[in-house]
Amino acid sequence: MKTLAVLLALAGALVLQTTLAGLMTGGRLAVNLVLVAVVYLALAYGPVTGMLAGAAGGLAQDALAGAIVGIGGLSKTLVGFLVGILGAQFIVSTALPRFVMFVSATLLHELVFQALDALLQSRGFAPQYMAVLFQAVCNGVVGVAAFLIVENGPDVLARRRMRRASFAKRRF
Amino acid sequence: MLDIRQRTGYLFLAVMVAQVILVSAQVQSKSGVRILSLVTFEAFSHLERAASGGISGTRGVWDRYVALRGLRSENDELKKELASLQVKLQEEHALAERTTKLQELLDLKTEAGLPTIAAEVIAGNPNPGMRTITIDRGSADGVQADMSVIGPAGVIGRVVGPPARHAARVQLLIDRNAAAGALTERARAGGMVVGMDADPPLRMELVSNLADVKVGDAVIASGVDGIYPKGFRIGRVERSERGNGLYRTITVRPSVDFSSLEEVLVVLVPPRPATRDEGSK
Repeated sequence: MKTLAVLLALAGALVLQTTLAGLMTGGRLAVNLVLVAVVYLALAYGPVTGMLAGAAGGLAQDALAGAIVGIGGLSKTLVGFLVGILGAQFIVSTALPRFVMFVSATLLHELVFQALDALLQSRGFAPQYMAVLFQAVCNGVVGVAAFLIVENGPDVLARRRMRRASFAKRRF
Repeated sequence: MLDIRQRTGYLFLAVMVAQVILVSAQVQSKSGVRILSLVTFEAFSHLERAASGGISGTRGVWDRYVALRGLRSENDELKKELASLQVKLQEEHALAERTTKLQELLDLKTEAGLPTIAAEVIAGNPNPGMRTITIDRGSADGVQADMSVIGPAGVIGRVVGPPARHAARVQLLIDRNAAAGALTERARAGGMVVGMDADPPLRMELVSNLADVKVGDAVIASGVDGIYPKGFRIGRVERSERGNGLYRTITVRPSVDFSSLEEVLVVLVPPRPATRDEGSK
């Protein structure tokens, strides 16, 4: 069940990422949903799931992107593993620590990814710091929102259903 | 017996080493995992097509139902009628705009005299750092790797990697790994246009400091790369300064609006080997 949930989360993130990117071709999509999914899974399920989700998500992203397959996989494996370990060591159950975790994970991922890419493509390492920071913040917001939706969504729906039911009883 | 921490550590090490080997294999052979890439791309292109269709459907539902439902809250009957007419007018405008775009593509197809096939953009790149798009034409339509992709405004990019049966990946000219042989239309100064992460997103390299390149000069494809058809518009020179070494520092504003690509044309001419710079004097 957990494996299915992880695979569905990764596939969903990939489809959403490519579809959104297709709607704004040329411009850069300021959020990396696959990375958000990997960090989310690492925080929710621990380092092993984080690492394996990172490897699977990263490899799929690389294969689809047409880049050297493994760069994204390596960086996301590292990020998934570290986030999973940190998530198990510290209390990361409120919005702020989670946001910090998503932001730090994005910064680390971009640093590793761009360094590896520059190394393998024989290009100078020159990251666009503002773009990276913006992506980190966007990933943080999306990640925290995902946690809020998953954790509170069912409760909100149940409450709404109960309210509707009580209204219906009052009417008749 | 290994404890859980040790096991996690070993697993992490194994996954990392496996990926390092995977990367190394590609760096050496440049074609190490083409099959993996192709299979993933092929399988995923169907999902992308479905998602693209879903988005179009949702847009349609939004335009035709949700927007109209919002207008129902208006009590005034006349306002309601006017708004519904306005929505219809918008739809007509959108339809007319799309028709104009398709007409432009058709005109270009006739003008270019090259065998081309029209394609629709169905997805972007999953990696935010890369500028590629996925189109709904593939090997079944005659699309091959390295075929150029153009639009009414000029050069868009080239097909990269092996295409799937009904989808292909196109590297945009503004991607940081993209390059095209180019020359200035006025002075015929030859060089190479490369993509970069900046504004404007194109830079013209290898143009001699002695060349006469002015701001506003049109930059066109030189055809020396064997991919892009000669004479097609790339952009206009936005900055041209004398460089420190042998070459000028030139930035180019692309003529194509890469932020709104919907339909493109794939030139169905297989790439030929690159030639010597025939455009420069």
